[in-house]
Amino acid sequence: MRLLKLVPDNTNIGFVSLRGWAFGLTALLTVVAVFATLTRGLELGVDFVGGLSIEATFPQPPKIDDLRAVVDHLGAGDANLAQYADNPKTVSIRVPPPKSSDPGATNAVVNKVQQAVSAKFPGVHFGKTDSVSGKVSDELIKKGILAVVLAVFAIALFGWFRFEWQFGLSTFVAIGHDVLMTLGFFAVTHFEVDLTTVAAVLTVVGYSINDKIVIDDRIRENMRKYRQMDMRGIVDLSVNETLPRTVMTSLTVLLALGSLLIFGGHVLMGFTAAMILGVVVGTYSSIYVSSSLLITLGLKPQPPGATPRAKGPQSGAERITSEGA
Amino acid sequence: MLDFPRWKRISIWLALLLGVVLAVPSLIGETYSKQIGMGGFPRISLGLDLAGGSHVLYEADVEDVAKTRVAAMGDAMTQAFKREATPIDIGDVSTNNGQLSFLVRDPARLDAAMEIARRQTNGVATSGQRDWDVRVIDGTRIVMTPTAAGLKSFISEAMKGAHDVVTKRIDALGTREPNIVLQGSDRILVEVPGFQDPAALKALVGKTAKLEFKLVDETVSPADLAAGRAPIGSQVLRTEAGRPIAVRRQAIITGSQLTKAQQGYGQSNEPDVEIQFNSEGGKRFAQVTRDNVGKPFAIILDNIVISAPNIETAILGGSASIHGSFTVQSAQQLAIALQSGALPVNLKVVEERTVSASLGKDSIHAGVTASVIAAAAIVVFMLVTYGRYGVYANIAVVLNIFVILAVMAMLNGTLTLPGIAGFVLTIGTAVDANVLINERIREELRRGRNVVMAVELGYKEASRTIFEANATHGISGIIMLLLGSGPIKGFAVVLLIGIVTSVFTAVTFTRMLTAGYIKRHRPAALNI
Repeated sequence: MRLLKLVPDNTNIGFVSLRGWAFGLTALLTVVAVFATLTRGLELGVDFVGGLSIEATFPQPPKIDDLRAVVDHLGAGDANLAQYADNPKTVSIRVPPPKSSDPGATNAVVNKVQQAVSAKFPGVHFGKTDSVSGKVSDELIKKGILAVVLAVFAIALFGWFRFEWQFGLSTFVAIGHDVLMTLGFFAVTHFEVDLTTVAAVLTVVGYSINDKIVIDDRIRENMRKYRQMDMRGIVDLSVNETLPRTVMTSLTVLLALGSLLIFGGHVLMGFTAAMILGVVVGTYSSIYVSSSLLITLGLKPQPPGATPRAKGPQSGAERITSEGA
Repeated sequence: MLDFPRWKRISIWLALLLGVVLAVPSLIGETYSKQIGMGGFPRISLGLDLAGGSHVLYEADVEDVAKTRVAAMGDAMTQAFKREATPIDIGDVSTNNGQLSFLVRDPARLDAAMEIARRQTNGVATSGQRDWDVRVIDGTRIVMTPTAAGLKSFISEAMKGAHDVVTKRIDALGTREPNIVLQGSDRILVEVPGFQDPAALKALVGKTAKLEFKLVDETVSPADLAAGRAPIGSQVLRTEAGRPIAVRRQAIITGSQLTKAQQGYGQSNEPDVEIQFNSEGGKRFAQVTRDNVGKPFAIILDNIVISAPNIETAILGGSASIHGSFTVQSAQQLAIALQSGALPVNLKVVEERTVSASLGKDSIHAGVTASVIAAAAIVVFMLVTYGRYGVYANIAVVLNIFVILAVMAMLNGTLTLPGIAGFVLTIGTAVDANVLINERIREELRRGRNVVMAVELGYKEASRTIFEANATHGISGIIMLLLGSGPIKGFAVVLLIGIVTSVFTAVTFTRMLTAGYIKRHRPAALNI
């Protein structure tokens, strides 16, 4: 049986020579992402701003204006109603948190809304109800940001201890880039940002780092093997050598996520979309941000004879760590 | 690397077999598990987003705890001073600003009063502090303030009490496997799977249910009543309809003296709540009603007057019934609430997440469909790319799914919708290890190494990368587990278990299969 090879053997693509363009493009995209996040803002869900969100399914697609009249009549604030495009019988009702110091005030609105909607539209079914008070949402947003920041730092530290500091720093920059791009994606698409988004961002961080470690590991190996080669050559060689794996793994993960996007239901839609974007961005940043940055940061192979113990690639990771530490 | 002694091969197969067997109860559900005699085996439970149900987070009104304690201390001091051989006369009692302060009328008794006040305080365990700070100001006035340690212990006591009460109430609803836990210093999380009436749940759990019987003060003029003014020793409360009514502050009897409460029917067949007092409460109730025949008394629930009937005869036997505008359901709820005791502190809902059972079913369906399609797509992809070695990787991935389920079941894990997403993602990343290994073998073969050497080096070099990649992936998983709430946690659990088990299935297990093949067939070239 002839097996499929997505990437031909022994590719020799000059990734490094394109790095000037890549840095420019990366910088531009990052600026766009940050700009979009700052100007358009993120569509924060009730998890992070408080308030309540009710998903109601009606026997017949309701007239959205009738429904709005019912909810507005309660005087609970500016309700935001959205009918699902793929299922017009289902409407999501968002009500902002009431201006009250009473922590129970938000939840008190839930019963009011449900009773009023049931009275006007008999047979309505409330699939999902989320109500979060302002205090709890403040805690959730703090925890979410803390989790992402901690993850990025912890992983950069790991890179630093396990490899040289340049690896830690370049990974840190690349992961920061991935997180910003994901934020930009949410700002542009107006997908709702909720707790599962934080999980998606953390997963993107985990995946992206996974990808970088594989390339970094190969760079380190080649630095020991080809002590005379310059850093550009080593990065190019390493990225080319790992290219089949990069393509294969990205594809399998995208297959999994694609099936989740199509068949996983709308609850996971934003989560999956963020991860798909993250996989693409993470793969890109492995090649063009973290690896190329290693050259800029002045990482160089040790000249021969500097470390007499050094042998071939089999000598393993432990030795480098002890030298680097 | 390629040498697998018999005992090693057997233990690897046994471990995987065990994983598959232990995953079975979770896959086939409770009923079928019982049929095949695995009813007692641990199973994965479904999260609220899949099973349907309510997650309600209550927050206690902490200031209320302090207020109640200060008021109770006021009563205790008044009683203690009265009990003295020569009672100590105090006045100008104030419980404002979170402290108790009163005037000792006879300056000569100030030291005695201080001594009594000190005796009312307790040490707080492990803090070395007293729970109240007692001091004299202006030479005549005693001020008692709860200390920080005291307040903390009052709150923690109140929360433990509230947890017991909430547990009793939810147990009375008869729902399956509720989860009721204290969270932080002032919160209680209630998770009730499958229950479909969150409004009723909240109404029952959040009801303070402080029941008091008090005599009505009929001396208050209608004008004072309307203005909410009451003489010392009385207070103005309102009925459910909002009508003001003046009652004596001191209660004849309270809900704490009740032994039983149940829903019944009154004379005209309307639902009511029938209660029975303990013997001490019954005696007191009999005495007060005998002394006040013809006068009205008020039945007060959470400071709202439910009814104010006239006492027609002395009520002996210690039983009473509460009539109000009840439905059968609300009377039942009140009975449960009274029977379980009053909440020692007001609870408010600060977070609620309810998912209906039908949406949960849809989510399971969607999640399973996505998983199966993802797995199928990856299996085909791996097969056409790596041939025989792709098949090995595929067997590893499928076994990995079973092993993850088994480990989750052993840990009494809960599967949530994000958890299913974690599954799908794990299927996608688990083959990464095999991709790394197989690509490395291809590379080593291209470099002209012989079959055994290439496989050996492929596994060895890739293992290091796999370890490092999984370690960093694990770091983000651990952070999600520690800091994440709800959905994030469910996702992190699956991700972490998947990282650990996939190293075993994708590296050790496939290496054994590959080694076995090479040993048996001694191929001159690998079709990889």
